[in-house]
Amino acid sequence: MSNQQKHWEKTRGLLFITLAIWFVFSIGIFLFGAEMNKVTGPFGYPWTYWFTCQGSLGAFVILIFWFANRQEKIDEEFGFSEREDE
Amino acid sequence: MKGNFIDNLPKVYGIYTGGFIGFIIIMAIAEQMGMTAKAIGIAFVAFTVFIYALIGWLSRTAQADAYYVAGRQVPTVFNGMATAADWMSGASFVAMAGGIYFKGYGYMALLVGWTGGYVLVASLLAPYLRKFGCYTVPDFIGTRYGGNLARFSAVVVLTVASFTYVTAQINATGTIASVALDIPFQYAVYVGLISILLCSMLGGMRGVTWTQVAQYIVLIIAYLLPVFWISNKMGAGFFPHFMLADEVARIGELEQQFGFVKNAAADLKSVPKGLAGITKAHSAVNATPWAFISLALAMMMGTASLPHVMMRYFTTPSVKAARKSVGWSLFFIFLLYSSAPMLATLSKLSLIDPNLPTGIIGKTFAEVEAIDWYKNWNQANLMFISDFNGNGTLELNEFFMGGKAVVLATPEIAGLPYVISGLVAAGGMAAAMSTADGLILAIANAISHDVYYKIIDPKAETAKRLLVARVLLVIIGFAGATIAAMEIQGILGSVIWAFDFAMSGLFFPLVLGVWWKRANRQGAIAGMLGGLIAGAWYLVWVRTGGSGFLGITQLTFGIFGSAVSLVLMVVVSLMTAEPDKATQKMVDDVRVPSGKSILGKSH
Repeated sequence: MSNQQKHWEKTRGLLFITLAIWFVFSIGIFLFGAEMNKVTGPFGYPWTYWFTCQGSLGAFVILIFWFANRQEKIDEEFGFSEREDE
Repeated sequence: MKGNFIDNLPKVYGIYTGGFIGFIIIMAIAEQMGMTAKAIGIAFVAFTVFIYALIGWLSRTAQADAYYVAGRQVPTVFNGMATAADWMSGASFVAMAGGIYFKGYGYMALLVGWTGGYVLVASLLAPYLRKFGCYTVPDFIGTRYGGNLARFSAVVVLTVASFTYVTAQINATGTIASVALDIPFQYAVYVGLISILLCSMLGGMRGVTWTQVAQYIVLIIAYLLPVFWISNKMGAGFFPHFMLADEVARIGELEQQFGFVKNAAADLKSVPKGLAGITKAHSAVNATPWAFISLALAMMMGTASLPHVMMRYFTTPSVKAARKSVGWSLFFIFLLYSSAPMLATLSKLSLIDPNLPTGIIGKTFAEVEAIDWYKNWNQANLMFISDFNGNGTLELNEFFMGGKAVVLATPEIAGLPYVISGLVAAGGMAAAMSTADGLILAIANAISHDVYYKIIDPKAETAKRLLVARVLLVIIGFAGATIAAMEIQGILGSVIWAFDFAMSGLFFPLVLGVWWKRANRQGAIAGMLGGLIAGAWYLVWVRTGGSGFLGITQLTFGIFGSAVSLVLMVVVSLMTAEPDKATQKMVDDVRVPSGKSILGKSH
């Protein structure tokens, strides 16, 4: 397998992990919205309510930065990161 | 100032922010000295619009690279701010907190959808389209799939989606300009339009970028300052986002105590159009999982297909910067979106809690009608009370309010000085203007670059291309304003439709263009046109009394459109020949950040 194929394989792996986490916070938890809302969550808000107000939104912000860092590492590993002068 | 402009950005915008805060303080002092509320409103809107126009003029350019992609040198954090302003429209600013106030959980699917979409932007598209080096979204489609028909189909989808969106934004600038400057709406729409064109016409993307950063600073101050101030004044908490759990619980208690009494249809007829009462629980789960998830999903996929957002990531210096920039965009959006539910909570509690001095439920009608702010907002057609049961005291079901009032009236209800209301007007104007700018530019650029330059006259000189781009900008702006002046549809409805149109036609052709090498021209054309037609058909069908299926409503028709688009694209691609070697090599090159971009620096 060529260097580029390996790079793409890892990139695709990272995509699947990222999308899986995204799925949990955007869709997964809202499948159980009614049940989860009965429980008190962070800062005393009901759980589901808190996720729609802040939790999921914040998780997406963190997820994107985490993804960007991981992807940069993958690019560096295979020598595909950009040079500064390009 | 020494050094080049880009290096000095933090300093420039630091001074700008300081200047704006200074302006707010001057206005506050002027208010104490007797400046009228109307004069303050005019000063806020006029001053900020003047600054944007000045930035637009300073950013004027005659180079294609600067006009289309701001010279590809916008640093990550600043591009994040510009995208956030581009993204948060008049609807986000003025209508979102109101929607949460009235509809609660079911509506908050939009919060999740309009943020979660950025994960798709960052992981599936933005870095790859940046590597491609395109000027516009159809530029990517046209080069990846080849052929004028593919390019043209993308322009069609882009125009339908963006135009649906932009009329709503011009409408919003008109509404705010008409209130703040006290002129009729039909004229105010054109005042708004001219302000928008001042930012974008001379500098194209470069002008829009630097005004959007300035607009973000105004709109975020205008949104957060009142939320924190009201929370502290009510004693609800020093940092509302972490401290409103008791208030949320208290609203639940009051809802139990008052109950949701259903009004008779005859009684509701007397309520002015557009006003609503509180009929849904504040923090309870009031929508089925599919209703919530389908709306969120439609907004997420729409986010990843809207060209005015995607083209912001063409302006970063590198692929790496494009990825990080998506993170910063969402961070800046998060600051406002996570505050909207807090504002809705504070607003609702201050109105309905009889233990608070501002609470009106349980008071007599004579008492409420004597309150100054009630008189003002009743006159502005945003508040209404009526004694349906004739007992003389105001009940929860006898109080009605417009969605905009949550953002516009809460500062006044909480007893904040008028200077805050002026600030909020400037913030709303900034939010609507920045989005309209981005959208008009996206449409005009697609038509000037992809239709005129790439299809009609590939030999055109830069000067001529940019002239065509600017003429189109004005024409599209006026067309949008003319339709906005007719006031056909509400702001929020058309915004949501724009997302559905974009995802119907563009989501899969864009994503598969990068992630599926086998995708070819025939498949992409079938996917774009088939998806758009299917989505539009579903919308018309449901609007004209169709029953719909699978719980897909007129707000989520993009789910049907994009499903059709995906099936068509895969089936047609597999039935026709695979893309040639050169195209496959192109896809390979797009997938790695290093090396030259596919399209030259100036193309």
